Amino acid sequence: MTAADALAESAGLHVGMPATKAQALVPGLAVLDADPAGDANALHRLAVWALRFSPMVAPDPPDGLVIDTTGADHLHGGEEVMLRALVDRFAASRLEARVAIADTWGAAHAAARHAGAAMVIVEPGHTRRALAALPLAALRLPDRMRADLHVLGFSTIGELAAQPRAPLTLRFGPQLARRLDQAFGDVPEPIEPVRSLDLVEVRRTFAEPIGAPETIRRYTGKLIVALVSELEGRGLGARRLDLLFGRVDNRWEAIRIGTARAERDARRLTRLLAERIETIDPGFGIEVMTLTASLAEPLGAVQVISSLVEEEEPDVSGLYDLIANRVGERGLYRFAPVASDVPERSVMQIGPLALDDGASWVDHWPRPSRLLARPEPVETMALLPDHPPVWFTWRRQRRRVRRADGPERVFGEWWKREAEAATVRDYFRVEDDAGERFWIYRAGDGEHPETGSHRWYLHGIFA
Amino acid sequence: MARRPAPETLSDLRERIQRLEGREARTCGALPFGVPDIDRRLPGGGLALGALHEVAGGGNGAVDGAAAALFTAGIAARTKGKILWCVVRQDLFAPAIAQAGLAPGRVVYVEAGDERTLLACFEDALRHGGLGAVIGEVAKLSMTASRRLQLAAEGSGTTALAIRRWRRQTEAADFGQPTASVTRWRVSVLPSVALPVPGVGRARWLLELIRCRAGECADFEVEACDGKGRLALSPEMADRSPAAQVARQRATR
Repeated sequence: MTAADALAESAGLHVGMPATKAQALVPGLAVLDADPAGDANALHRLAVWALRFSPMVAPDPPDGLVIDTTGADHLHGGEEVMLRALVDRFAASRLEARVAIADTWGAAHAAARHAGAAMVIVEPGHTRRALAALPLAALRLPDRMRADLHVLGFSTIGELAAQPRAPLTLRFGPQLARRLDQAFGDVPEPIEPVRSLDLVEVRRTFAEPIGAPETIRRYTGKLIVALVSELEGRGLGARRLDLLFGRVDNRWEAIRIGTARAERDARRLTRLLAERIETIDPGFGIEVMTLTASLAEPLGAVQVISSLVEEEEPDVSGLYDLIANRVGERGLYRFAPVASDVPERSVMQIGPLALDDGASWVDHWPRPSRLLARPEPVETMALLPDHPPVWFTWRRQRRRVRRADGPERVFGEWWKREAEAATVRDYFRVEDDAGERFWIYRAGDGEHPETGSHRWYLHGIFA
Repeated sequence: MARRPAPETLSDLRERIQRLEGREARTCGALPFGVPDIDRRLPGGGLALGALHEVAGGGNGAVDGAAAALFTAGIAARTKGKILWCVVRQDLFAPAIAQAGLAPGRVVYVEAGDERTLLACFEDALRHGGLGAVIGEVAKLSMTASRRLQLAAEGSGTTALAIRRWRRQTEAADFGQPTASVTRWRVSVLPSVALPVPGVGRARWLLELIRCRAGECADFEVEACDGKGRLALSPEMADRSPAAQVARQRATR
């Protein structure tokens, strides 16, 4: 037996069991021959798929993928968001994935398989602490060596790392120390990234390694020109570009940029890439540069709007790309209305180039121009059930209410959350002596205790 | 009493100063407020397009920037084209911006995370030239940074609106530092006029033009932006001469 899932384990089967014994335990068990070549093939296909997350992906046989996310996670909104997206994508195709992000390949490998959670993030610099409690199985050692270490009384990586190296190396050979060093990042472990065959790719090798930023910039420009003519021949435009640098010490550095629309303008693409070149560490020199359009879309000629019919809108997609590559795709958005009376749910973020359907909010009531991220409790004195407060204290400042408008009653959305079935918020617009206007609400309708706590909160500031 | 100089002397002087400044008088026009009393005070009859303008809130408004944001949204609503609104952290409530006349489809927000990135995005957006106006919420605006913004705005003709907003009210003294902006405004809230029925009336602002290149400072009492981003003069101010009004406010403050 070469693999067992949760269902199999609950039936008492485990990896390494003879097939005959398994058949005896579970009557009617269908037996298929293991197909390591097929598995490796599938893993390679999966690695090519995972290129959408980062330009540097390699299969980690027999059952893993290793992704170098350096310089790519900001495009997905940060490490945690990216990991979640990864797990969700796998879950959508009914695969259970365990992911971990760490400083080194070895540490991430160990944390994903042995940390006990489906999603692990090891903060930079905390590798040693995170690995200390993990079992020796996490170290990618041969089974025999692991058994021998077990006999000697070692069970966790922390215990092993605390031992002097020389006797261990003498007894077990150099592999043990190398695996430890790789996990802690003392020895580099380069990733040989997979490439998909049908991608548009241009490549340049240097007889003499380069390292100066201006040289890198110059050759980036040349690569882009070559890529653009290649794209033009195929009628494609790039949506995502990966620029990979092969260093003389066998490590790879990468830059990835994204564009909002299919793009084939060499000047624009150069500008987007040039912004990030300074993040590259050339080390002792770069000997290969590869530029790939890892995501390309058809880009044909478009009809120019005649100035007779309507005014031409200036094209700002280039600016959006520039900003999105600087602050991340999630940092650039438009607000769009959502049909909800609950203020914090009435807006959603959409992409800057999303279709504008002209929809806006229903403006029966004035809305505050600044909304607090979470409503802040205020002390008040108010008559129940539906009078505005006479005064309120917010951030240690007591304000007398001069004028007030309300209540505007907002009901909880029971179709979204069961707990909101009875809740009510009564919003008031109040103005204090100085003319400052605030949006405050009472949780509850003033009569029935099940509608809310009847405490007051300040939610927004009017102009 | 000094005699008022002849208008031709003044225009001659302006021309000479412009020559001294060493650049072509590249006026991109002006955006009138539609309130004659305010427009009369501004050279060109309105807010200069293709220039940097600063807006800050008065009192608590220096921290929350609520009135300043709405005032700026009102100006942006009256321009043409897309608006880019750069913030460090987002706390704007989009329905209110829409109520000031700025449709949600026109505004693109940038959440920069820190001020350095924000200023870089601000400047690049100005240089692009395809936007109607660019708005940036910043606390610190040095002479160098504002000069860069002003030059970028001049070069492309895009209007730059900087909302100055600080973490604490004590830091708002920074607003006295010189910058390269063409005009500088302070918007403070005023108590609204009592309605004949219970309720809150239309918001009123005290609009102070603190600095204006080639113009004079002035104060206005206005009613806040309506649904199309237009201001209106307060009724009690409308029938009084501005000079007397300013004197009265100075006395009461």
